[in-house]
Amino acid sequence: MEEILAKFVSQKISKTRWRPVPPGSLQTADTFATGSWDNEENYVSLWSIGDLGSLDSDGGLEGDHQLLCDIKHHGDVMDLQFFDQERIVAASSTGCVTIFLYRPNNRALSVSQQWTTAHYHTGPGSPSCSSAPCTGVVCNSPEIVTVGEDGRINLFRVDHKEAVRTIDNADSSTLHAVTFLRTPEIITVNSIGQLKIWDFRQQGNEPSQILSLTGDRVPLHCVDRHPNQQHVVATGGQDGMLSIWDVRQGTMPVSLLKAHEAEMWEVHFHPSNPDHLFTCSEDGSLWHWAASTDGPEKSSLFHQGGRNSTFLSHSISNQANVHQSLISSWLSTDPARDRIEITSLLPNRTLSVNTLDVLGPCLVCGTDAEAIYVTRQLFS
Amino acid sequence: MEELDGEPTVTLIPGVNSKNKQMCFDWGPGEMLVCETSFKKGKSELVPGCPFIHIIRKDVDVYSQILRKLFNESHGIFVGLQRIEEELTGKSRKAQLVRVSKNYRSVIRACMEEMHQAAIAAKDASSSRQLSSQVSILSAMELIWNLCEILFIEVAPAGPLLLHLLDWVRLHICEVDSLLADVLGSENPSKHESFWKLVTILVLQGRLDEARQMLSKEADANPTSAGMCRILGDLMRTMPVLSPGNTQTLTELELKWQHWHEECERHLQDSTFASSPHLESLCKIMLGDEAALLEQKEHLNNWYHFLVTRLLYSHPTVKPTDLHFYAQSSLDLFLGGESSPEPLDNILMAAFEFDIHQVIKECSIALSNWWFVAHLTDLLDHCKLLQSHNLYFGSNMREFLLLEYASGLFAHHSLWQLGVDYFDYCPELGRVSLELHIERIPLSTEWKALKVLRICEQRQMTEQVRSVCKILAMKAVRNNRLGSALSWSIRAKDAAFATLVSDRFLRDYCEHGCFSDLDLIDNLGPAMMLSDRLTFLGKYREFHRLYGEKRFVDASFLLLSLMTSQIAPRSFWMTLLTDALPLLEQKQGVLWKSSAHKRIHLT
Repeated sequence: MEEILAKFVSQKISKTRWRPVPPGSLQTADTFATGSWDNEENYVSLWSIGDLGSLDSDGGLEGDHQLLCDIKHHGDVMDLQFFDQERIVAASSTGCVTIFLYRPNNRALSVSQQWTTAHYHTGPGSPSCSSAPCTGVVCNSPEIVTVGEDGRINLFRVDHKEAVRTIDNADSSTLHAVTFLRTPEIITVNSIGQLKIWDFRQQGNEPSQILSLTGDRVPLHCVDRHPNQQHVVATGGQDGMLSIWDVRQGTMPVSLLKAHEAEMWEVHFHPSNPDHLFTCSEDGSLWHWAASTDGPEKSSLFHQGGRNSTFLSHSISNQANVHQSLISSWLSTDPARDRIEITSLLPNRTLSVNTLDVLGPCLVCGTDAEAIYVTRQLFS
Repeated sequence: MEELDGEPTVTLIPGVNSKNKQMCFDWGPGEMLVCETSFKKGKSELVPGCPFIHIIRKDVDVYSQILRKLFNESHGIFVGLQRIEEELTGKSRKAQLVRVSKNYRSVIRACMEEMHQAAIAAKDASSSRQLSSQVSILSAMELIWNLCEILFIEVAPAGPLLLHLLDWVRLHICEVDSLLADVLGSENPSKHESFWKLVTILVLQGRLDEARQMLSKEADANPTSAGMCRILGDLMRTMPVLSPGNTQTLTELELKWQHWHEECERHLQDSTFASSPHLESLCKIMLGDEAALLEQKEHLNNWYHFLVTRLLYSHPTVKPTDLHFYAQSSLDLFLGGESSPEPLDNILMAAFEFDIHQVIKECSIALSNWWFVAHLTDLLDHCKLLQSHNLYFGSNMREFLLLEYASGLFAHHSLWQLGVDYFDYCPELGRVSLELHIERIPLSTEWKALKVLRICEQRQMTEQVRSVCKILAMKAVRNNRLGSALSWSIRAKDAAFATLVSDRFLRDYCEHGCFSDLDLIDNLGPAMMLSDRLTFLGKYREFHRLYGEKRFVDASFLLLSLMTSQIAPRSFWMTLLTDALPLLEQKQGVLWKSSAHKRIHLT
């Protein structure tokens, strides 16, 4: 793997996302957005890597990421998603959801739409309309779904002033993350360790399915769906455990993998190469998980040039009842057949890695040590 | 306590009329709050007061965007150094410590470079000036650090010492290379107006090869002086220098050098260069003639350059212990009684005298931020150079400086996360300081609170964990987020709070007749055991479920056990009895009836 380039940017990075490339195009990702947190003034910024042509460089290394433009953001940036090529949705700790518009010609960001009271608390002790942080946002044009600390789920549509649908008190605890399962269905994770599936076609305020791990109610912080198999979902929890679930089968996870030593903040399946999974954690590490269903001869545990290549850790819960026809290597329960190779991608241990994103051969991550790391050759 | 060196500076606060009104203030960890009171001074008329409270910060550096990068990168280096401490052994130890020192310096230089670019690009004059002054402060810091590295960490012996000092000086005079490029690039280099200036500077810096090249150009252009140029060039070429890896001993070098020196002397006496004043003065410089060197004051620019040049051409095998004699005399000669030494000069002098404590003390006074002294002292401590003399309040100097620096970081809204690691490596007072500071971090979101909790749990600070969880649980209860409140009390293993939340649930049930948040209560799992009330809540809900599923026998047994186990709160006994009534009417409840007596007993 090529060197991973680091740059210190004077703001703690809470979220980073690659700008999507136009469908059918052969270019690799070259722009990413970041959101900062814990500053008196927070910013949503756009960065560019690679050749910039007419831009003056400050003598940085070739491939060093440069700031294209930024815009002030009120409150911490809790989540960030590209709605499409030009628009970015940001979730704020003030409970506000904002759509920013990027104009490449002017190289500027501007506010396109805002829902200021998307999330709020009501209660006997709270002042009327005290704000609640919005913790997660996911887009599927033209819809945007947001979740927050108030346990509320909102369904917004671009250019509609009010929410199209709101599920109040969807959860009695904090909802940490949300993602789409199939188009009318979303899946959320909360701080009492449950996954809930909601179907917007149904009228009620109840989830259509609840999955959880028995035993300790460990809060779940992130969730991601397999790009091709919509029933396979990965979650990361407060104890750093990675769980793979099959939502069609029962209420228990299919595998539990002991991973990080502290909260796992984000988990991502690689969008075009789903046998690869990436996780980042409060313990300051970023791991690349590569599952393969080939025979044991194929992958040796210490290749990939990683100086921190580590052990194999694969413990399976005994509850799964998986059909043999499943091809997903993540769901396979045959330990002799599959191996998971884990590589740590960051050179030194640092403060918490809060966020990561992958697109094609490119990976970007942001840390609490105010650094952004980018690599453009993930699979060399 | 020592006397202050000068008058304290006066800061005017805009909007506050200190002539008419009295001010009040309060100290904080890194800041001060000031406002006007309504007490009048003297008999002035009533004037409307200033309605603001002002926050005054002494340390503005912490808020600089560019310096933040310095703090973050150096934090990484600091933590790395502490971690490899155990592995540092034997010969490689010195090399590793030198490498760490070089890392710190490169971070300072990178910061300097960026600030310089920002100063050039700045839109208004005042910020440009401020940035430029910051650049010069950083430059001075790097200068001092570099010297400390040579003298204290590298501990260069006589011989290599001079080479290091030459590098040190060369690194801090940057115009030479651009001037060199300028002159060489011109059509007729030797006729360039700065030609002789350039050659002089090169000789002053000991860059004799390049000086010789320049002389050869002069020889080509000016045949009359060709002979003299050649002789001088030869002298330059034959000057004995200690090259790294050279096996000659110091004594050999001294002898050779003495011989060479005499040859130069002879040429001067023979008036070989008499017809060219430039060449003659160059020869005098190479002989280490003080008067000739002092004539070049403007090219030398400062006394330490003068010192190094002087040593190069008169005492190249100077020993580290003799440095301070030459340093003091160089300073005196250079300043010549016209000006007094500046703080930077005093610091460098203290370094030449190998008085580390004085260096650190002077730096602490001169600089506005603890960053420099904290990191430098820590590094020198790893070199085992600081005797552990205790300061009067118990900790040693390294720890004191690190604590001050880390406290300054905690006063910043964002850099507090760096401060945690600094406290970790202060063995005596680090932990208590961290305990006090971490409780005061404002918790605006749950995400931030989770990070604070993780820090506390990793260090087994159970009191702080409990206090943070309690704050969050209370907030959640007030916002009617009972599930969140319960999950916080479970994390803190706070039985009392779990009881409070369960009471809330039960009260809500009594009011509304049904349970809210069933998803939580149905799935309590082993957390149910945390508090009796919570267990009761869970079991009671289970009873309802069993009843709803028409499993009356199981329901009855459960209800009975709830009543006899004494975990039911008093206020709930009526409700339990009321629930029992429909069960009594069931046909299957034979066993039930027989224990009816037991129940009445309880009532």
